[in-house]
Amino acid sequence: MDQLYPKAAMAVLEFLEKRGIDVEYPREQTCCGQPMSNSGCSDQAKPLANRFEEIFSKYDYVVCPSGSCTSMVRCHYGEHLTTEKNENLKNKTFEFCEFLVDILKIDDIDASFPYRVGLHQSCHGLRELRLANSTERRDPPFSKVRQLLNQVRDIELVDLQRTDECCGFGGTFAVSEEAISCSMGKDRIADHREAGAQVMTGIDLSCLMHLDGIMRKSGEVIPTFHVAEILNGNASL
Amino acid sequence: MSHPAKAEHFLKDQTYAKWHDKALWFVRQKRDKATSKLPEWESLRDAAAKIKEHTINNLANYLEEFEKNAHENGFHVHWAKDAEEHNHIVNDLLQKHKVKKIVKSKSMLTEECHLNPYLEKNGIEVIDTDLGERIVQLRKEPPSHIVLPAIHLRREQVSETFHEKLGTEKGRCEPEYLTEAARQALRKDFLSADAAITGVNFALAETGGFVVCTNEGNADLGASLPKLHIACMGLEKILPKAKDLSVFLRLLARSATGQAITSYSSHFHKAQDGGEIHIVIVDNGRSQIIQQPEFLNSLKCIRCGACMNTCPIYRRSGGHSYNNVVPGPIGSVLAPHSDPQKHKSLPFASTLCGSCTDVCPVKIDLHNQLLAWRSKLTKQGHISILKKTILNATAWVFQKPSLYNALGKLARTIVPRLPRFMIYHSLNVWGKQREIPVFPKESFKEMLKKRERK
Repeated sequence: MDQLYPKAAMAVLEFLEKRGIDVEYPREQTCCGQPMSNSGCSDQAKPLANRFEEIFSKYDYVVCPSGSCTSMVRCHYGEHLTTEKNENLKNKTFEFCEFLVDILKIDDIDASFPYRVGLHQSCHGLRELRLANSTERRDPPFSKVRQLLNQVRDIELVDLQRTDECCGFGGTFAVSEEAISCSMGKDRIADHREAGAQVMTGIDLSCLMHLDGIMRKSGEVIPTFHVAEILNGNASL
Repeated sequence: MSHPAKAEHFLKDQTYAKWHDKALWFVRQKRDKATSKLPEWESLRDAAAKIKEHTINNLANYLEEFEKNAHENGFHVHWAKDAEEHNHIVNDLLQKHKVKKIVKSKSMLTEECHLNPYLEKNGIEVIDTDLGERIVQLRKEPPSHIVLPAIHLRREQVSETFHEKLGTEKGRCEPEYLTEAARQALRKDFLSADAAITGVNFALAETGGFVVCTNEGNADLGASLPKLHIACMGLEKILPKAKDLSVFLRLLARSATGQAITSYSSHFHKAQDGGEIHIVIVDNGRSQIIQQPEFLNSLKCIRCGACMNTCPIYRRSGGHSYNNVVPGPIGSVLAPHSDPQKHKSLPFASTLCGSCTDVCPVKIDLHNQLLAWRSKLTKQGHISILKKTILNATAWVFQKPSLYNALGKLARTIVPRLPRFMIYHSLNVWGKQREIPVFPKESFKEMLKKRERK
C-alpha cells in the first residue's frame, strides 16, 4: 500500500483520525512476510515476523487495511514468535473494517457513494478472519464489510452469482499458475459486470490489483477502490 | 508435466473449461442446498471431526477390535503394508478360487494400488461396475474425480465410446439411452463374474462389519452373485461404533452430491451361504502420515469429493491435471507423501482460499496442510533456485527499510517512463494477461512527510 496504493492508505489514516484515534504510522515497517510464508520460505518469513512484532508490539491496537496481512499475523505467526509475543500481537491486530465494527462499533458512516458497487470478498478476510459467513458453512449470515458499506448514503451493493469465490490472485500463485489465476480473475470480473457493478471494492488491494490488471488489459475497466476510500468519502469516478 | 502446464492446456478450450467449471459448481450448489436443510450441519461436522480424531489417535486398538469381531462374523482379514502386498493378496485369493473375471464397484484404494492392471497382467478380467468408472475404464483413462469419475466427459464423448465399445447407435446421446446400454452390458458381466471386489466406506470396530455406499446398487449386485467377495480398505476407514454411522452417513452424500443419503448404504456382517468375505486392510503410507502431526488430519478424509467440487483450481484444470489418483485439495495433500519430487507442484496449485477447509465434512484444515507442504517441500529442496533467490532477496530488502524506500522510489520513477516492450515481454508472466499497476508518483511515506510539513 505504501508503494502502490498510497491514496487508500491515506483514506485509512484520515478515517481513523476523524474518529479521534491517535494513529501512528511506524516508518520502519515494510512487509509482514506473507509472500515468503505462502511460498514455502518460512525461514525467510521469520525475521520479518520478528521485525513486525518489535515495531508494533508497543501499540494498543494494530490496524491493517488488508485481510491477508492481518491473517498472516493472527493465524500464521505462531511458528515464528514466542507464545507470549504471538498472543499479545494477535489479540490486538485487526483488519480495518473489523476494527471499525468490533472495536470502534461504528454505525454512523458519513459518506455518500451513489453507485452500484460489487463487493469482492477476499478469502483470508473471509475464511481466516471470519469477517463474514462463508457460503460453505451453515453459519447465520453476517458481513462486517457490508455492515459498514450499507451505512454509506445512496450506495447500492449488487448481488453476485458466486458471492465468495476466490479471484485467483494468491500471491506467487498469480505467476506460478498464471493461466488459472487469470481465468479465475476473468470469471470474477464477469460476475460483477453481469450484476451491473459500476465499481468494485474490497478489503485487499492485492486482489483488486490483479482484477484491475486484467480489466485494463482488456480495455473494459470497472474502477476499483479499497473499501476505506468509499467509507472515507475519497472515492470518486 | 507439472500442474501449471496441464492446467494451461486444459484452459485452452475455453468452452469446455467453462462447462467443466459450471458442472462442478452445480454439484457444489446442490451440496449447499442439501446442507442448508440441516440446522445442525456445523455440529455434525464437529462431531465427525472429533470421532475421526479420536479414532486415528487410537487406531491400533480399533483395528484389533475390528479384526477380532470380523473374525467372529466369519470374515477373513488380511493385512497389507503397501500397494504391492495388497495386489498380491487379492491376486492370490482370486487365483486360489480359479477366478477368471471379477466385477468391481468403486474403490479409490484399488485405484491407489493400481490393482486393475496388476490383475489383468495375471489373466483376470476386471469389470468396473460403477457407471462413471466403467466409462473411463472403456476409454482406458484414469478417473478424474473420486466420486464422479467421468465428470470430465461430455455426453457426446460417452456416446462415441459406447458406440465403439458397446455397439450403441452412433450419435445417440440421451443419458437414458446410454445408461440403459451400460446397464444391459453390465448385467451380463454381473452374471458371469466369479468374484466381486468392493471398497469400504466405513468399517465398524464394534461389530466387525463394514458399510459400502453406492448410488447404483452395483456393489450389492456384485457382492450378492458370486460366492467370493473381497473388500479392500485403507486402515483409516475404521469407526468405533455402529452409532457413529448416524453422523457419517448424513454427512457423506450431502457433501458429495447433495443427496440426503446414498441410494444404497449396504451393511455387510456375514457372507452369503457357502460364500466367503475377505477384507484386505492396507497401510500404504498411512502409518507414516500418522507420525507427522501437521498432516495427521488428512487421514480423517471420507472421500466425499466436496473439496474438489468447491476448489476453483480443480474446476478450472480438471482431475487429470493433478496426475494423481486422488486429485484436488485432498489429493494435493496426500500425493507428496508417496513421491515429493513428482508431486511437488500440487501444494502450490492453490490460492489458499480456504474453501476446501470450510466445505470439508470432517473439518480437515486442507489449506493449512497445503501451506505446511510448501514449507516442507522447500526445506527438502524441491523449490526452484530462481524462486528461492527472488524470495530471499525480497525478504532481505524488507529488513532494510531505507533500501526498500529507495528501490520503491527508483521503480516508481523508472517504470512509468519505460516503453511497453521493455515491460511486457516473455519474462513478465504477470503481464501476459494483466497490466502492471499504475505507479503513483509518491509513496504513502512521502505523502505523510509532505502532510507533516504543512
